[in-house]
Amino acid sequence: MIEQILFYIVAAVLVLAASAVITVRNPVVAALTLVLCFFCSAAIWLLLEAEFLAIVLVLVYVGAVMVLFLFVVMMLDINIAELRKGFSGFLPIGVTVALIMVISMVLVLASGYFAGPEYVPLKHAAEYSNTRELGLLLYSEYLYPFEIAGAILLVAIVAAIALTHRRARNNRSPAPESQVVVKREDRIRLVKMKTEQQP
Amino acid sequence: MIALQEVLVLGAILFCISVAGIFINRKNVLILLMCIELMLMSVNLNFVAFSHFLGDIHGQVFVFFILTVAAAESAIGLAILVVLFRNRGTINVTELDSMKG
Repeated sequence: MIEQILFYIVAAVLVLAASAVITVRNPVVAALTLVLCFFCSAAIWLLLEAEFLAIVLVLVYVGAVMVLFLFVVMMLDINIAELRKGFSGFLPIGVTVALIMVISMVLVLASGYFAGPEYVPLKHAAEYSNTRELGLLLYSEYLYPFEIAGAILLVAIVAAIALTHRRARNNRSPAPESQVVVKREDRIRLVKMKTEQQP
Repeated sequence: MIALQEVLVLGAILFCISVAGIFINRKNVLILLMCIELMLMSVNLNFVAFSHFLGDIHGQVFVFFILTVAAAESAIGLAILVVLFRNRGTINVTELDSMKG
């Protein structure tokens, strides 16, 4: 019973925060409400006994990805008023599409297909460890995908640094691009003048 | 006792909110990236719910990989966004039409 009350409270906060993410004017506020969304989601995952993933969500998303978002939002000098133009024009379309999708999905889910006796969670023993079970699976059956995930993260690091890195010029060598585009007129000036008599 | 249907309905509502966000904020690339993160989170919620109610931990392994790929995607997306802003001075999607024929 207490679980259900907690679930409803957290779900209400989650939906409100998600609505705030897409409607607020300021991108910084949007990023902060997205942080709230991730916290609520982690709480729901804890209620669903996925403890390791809940901790990972808080550490990786709130701790790394959202900080990255906040850095970028504050680094860019965005003209909010320009970006908000047409907001109210797209609002009816967006709300209509979302409502149609919600109604169709809820109709499917309310048909009772997912309410059968096979969808009753197992009761785990007291010494059951979610992290241990996940690790056992991850390092045996999913070892190869795990390595690929590591390679993907490495590629992401290299790509992000290569894209945004600007090498500082701290030597005095001439820049090759300015040497290539230079023309003859930039370096030599021919001047016509009369010969002068020796005094 | 939480029922499976309640969690699935919550996931569906979150997914539709993020779809509406993509429709509404179609000029701001930053908010679009945030909506994609929200969408991935609602899909992960479904995975975790089914993993819990079916007693099968493979769903959580899949969520782990989705989290990895989503983190890589947002890092590269934000790097592209920074380079875009440095070169063009705007992140307005409607002004990024230099490849239009």
